[in-house]
Amino acid sequence: MQKALGARSFRIAAGPRPPLVLLVPACVAALFALLPLGYLAVRALERGPGYAWDVVADERTLHLLGRSLGLTAVVVAASLVLGVSLAWLTVRTALPGARAWSVLATLPLAVPSYVAAFAWLSAAPGLAGFAGAALALTLVSFPYVHLPVAAALRGIDPAQEEASRSLGHGPAATFLRVTLPQLRPAAAGGGLLVALYVLSDFGAVSLMRYDTFTRAIHTSYRASFDRTPAAALSVVLVVMTVALVAAEARTRGRAGHARTGTGTARPAVPMALGRWGPPALLWCGAVVAVAIVFPLGTLAYWLTAGSSATWDLGAIADTAWATLTVAAAGAALTTALALPVGVIAARHRGRGARLLEQAAYAGHALPGITVALSLVFFAVRYAYPLYQQLPLLVCAYAVLFLPVAVAATRAAVLQAPPVLEDVARSLGRRPWQVLREVTVPLAAPGVAAGAALTFVVCMKELPATLLLRPTGMDTLATRLWTETGAGSFAAAAPYAAALILLAAVPSYLLGRHRT
Amino acid sequence: MRRPLAGRITALVAAGLLLPALAACGSDDDKSSPGEGGDSALVIYSGRNEKLVKPILDKLEKAVGTKVEVRYGDSAELAAQILEEGDRTKAGLFFSQDAGALGALAKEGMLAKLPQEQLDKVDKAYRSADGDWVGLSGRARVIAYNPDQVAEGDVPDSVHDVVKPEWKGKVGFAPTNASFQAFVTGMRVLEGDDATREWLKALKDNGAKTYAHNLATLDGVEAGEVSLGLVNHYYWYERVAEKGEDKVNSKLHFLPGKDPGALINVAGAGVLKDSGQSETAQKAVDFLLSEEAQTYFADKTMEYPLAAGVTSTVEGLPPFDSLESPDIDLGKLESLQETLAMLQDVGLV
Repeated sequence: MQKALGARSFRIAAGPRPPLVLLVPACVAALFALLPLGYLAVRALERGPGYAWDVVADERTLHLLGRSLGLTAVVVAASLVLGVSLAWLTVRTALPGARAWSVLATLPLAVPSYVAAFAWLSAAPGLAGFAGAALALTLVSFPYVHLPVAAALRGIDPAQEEASRSLGHGPAATFLRVTLPQLRPAAAGGGLLVALYVLSDFGAVSLMRYDTFTRAIHTSYRASFDRTPAAALSVVLVVMTVALVAAEARTRGRAGHARTGTGTARPAVPMALGRWGPPALLWCGAVVAVAIVFPLGTLAYWLTAGSSATWDLGAIADTAWATLTVAAAGAALTTALALPVGVIAARHRGRGARLLEQAAYAGHALPGITVALSLVFFAVRYAYPLYQQLPLLVCAYAVLFLPVAVAATRAAVLQAPPVLEDVARSLGRRPWQVLREVTVPLAAPGVAAGAALTFVVCMKELPATLLLRPTGMDTLATRLWTETGAGSFAAAAPYAAALILLAAVPSYLLGRHRT
Repeated sequence: MRRPLAGRITALVAAGLLLPALAACGSDDDKSSPGEGGDSALVIYSGRNEKLVKPILDKLEKAVGTKVEVRYGDSAELAAQILEEGDRTKAGLFFSQDAGALGALAKEGMLAKLPQEQLDKVDKAYRSADGDWVGLSGRARVIAYNPDQVAEGDVPDSVHDVVKPEWKGKVGFAPTNASFQAFVTGMRVLEGDDATREWLKALKDNGAKTYAHNLATLDGVEAGEVSLGLVNHYYWYERVAEKGEDKVNSKLHFLPGKDPGALINVAGAGVLKDSGQSETAQKAVDFLLSEEAQTYFADKTMEYPLAAGVTSTVEGLPPFDSLESPDIDLGKLESLQETLAMLQDVGLV
């Protein structure tokens, strides 16, 4: 038990070169994620570097960059507050109904950003602009922080906190000095995903009429039908992403966060909230109310107010099934590709490992339409029989959401003590055996959380699905788009509701798993 | 507890890794373009909403006698997709919500010239000057008003009047709506950039209320939040068809005197040159210009049919030839980029 206290003091060594069993699939994943960049290079330089530079060096570009970064900073900060507070309350305290709150806190992820923006805008038109965009984006993206932080909290050995308390620290000091530092990788990883999500979002900012970088890219496609300036601007987003990923890596420090004591960690004893119980409940209730109840309420209002409502349950079920299948395939492929990258990122510190991880993230801030067009470009040229077929759509999901799964995997592996892998190796296990018998089982809950997260974001993906789906196939998101596009909000509501309800399934399973 | 999950994850990993491998195998046999292989299906990329046009496209399938596959999307995004596909495009016909997207494809030489007899069915103002695409249905910009707040005779006859002080804070519009932006582009073509910029500034300074889209603007007029709304005509007629005229509060005013605010936008179609489907695609255009299809656009989407000889029978809709819309080459509406820059400068979007 005393050894557990030493957990923070051991350091991750630079480590040997990653074994081939990890390196080869990780490189495949990275190449996959880099496809959109290859396309951007082709399109941006189509009319020579001078033209691309003129687009990028325009004064407006800088102005929009500032606006995008401002919005990103606010949304990330707000998401950290919501995500960390809810995770701590639901995992570590005796909050009544903790498991239910935990599931509910995941659901906002299934609300498409444009549905959230729409709901807020119809309730309070005055919100249009920065405030509305920040509000809508925070409420749909804070689960990116909540999920990994909750997973990390479950993985922390309570012995350290107990030791801290026995040495005279109060609960607040213990949280700040012992718990929070261990949550840092998970929180920073989640915050990075929120940042990239905000940078790539188009739905919320366009409805809220807040001009950002992504809107400029869309304008280029929509107004002048010109892909060259769009590509040049997209390159700026990529550069920004790489900078953000590098900055996040710097916050990681060199501390290890795995438990090294003997035996199995006990589950933490939930902290009694005492007189803080009611405010804590109120806080959870308020977040769930604005993030889930409010959009669902808006859907209910659409249903009752419009006359276009049609409860074609067969059609909804078919669409839901198609959505489930394609999102499950997307999540499976994404998780599989992310696993080697995540393990390398957690266990190896060389420049190569860093590059691999950055490659996985590089395209994540790109708007969906840009990624979709890049896959059109490559598929039409090099994989024509696959074009507009299901496998290509699944690949698109992997390209789009690889970082979501990488972040979850990395955070999970970080919590598994590397010494166990050393022991396995010293006992003669081969690298793939170590991976299969030690690393993956230990990281499994976190990896599964990442898979669930990917599943939910695949379900609501719209721009790439529209361009790459097999002709005639519909997902819940495309149906929602069709119905709202025709102004049939009442007919759209069942699809939006189905999307949110389906997202509840993986959240619920995750909640069950932790026992 | 952890074991079975790990097992399942391993299975997922294996399945996931197999997928791209299979995909890679599949990509080896490179086929030539779809039209050549006895694959006679007609593929339509439709930028028009499925809810609006599916019934008529189902009939089109019977009319052209081959299987028809429709891909729905956003007009501009589909145009970008076709440009990216290049000569290997799957699309035989592009059915666009607006002239701009068709113009973009024509500019890259991706559209086949349409036969003269097809073009001749539609007034010159509503088709490509070079014969690349043809307009199928039109929607007029109008002013919706709330008769509880404005008497019929007091509704402005020009968009230039809505920026006058008596309408301060009483006008609603949707600055991000494509039709509104097309109208602004039309105003720039007709009256020049400086005059248009002044008008936009005046609109903003006059406290005009912005809405997310045309329907919300109409709702604003209905609820009396604003007295006037700059919208497309068919939203109102759809609302009337849905709720009944006695339940619709607002009324419409069609602007006279070739005012820029009376612009007519068109939805149209073009045949892709390289898809190997041009023969069936042309038959499809024939059908879309036929009385059956044109009547559909008139009755069901409440638009103006553009083919000669078909008139709308929608109750209360002014006849198409009575509209005094401005003379504009719709091809010029491609300069939307500058319009957006202007809207941004003025601070409306």
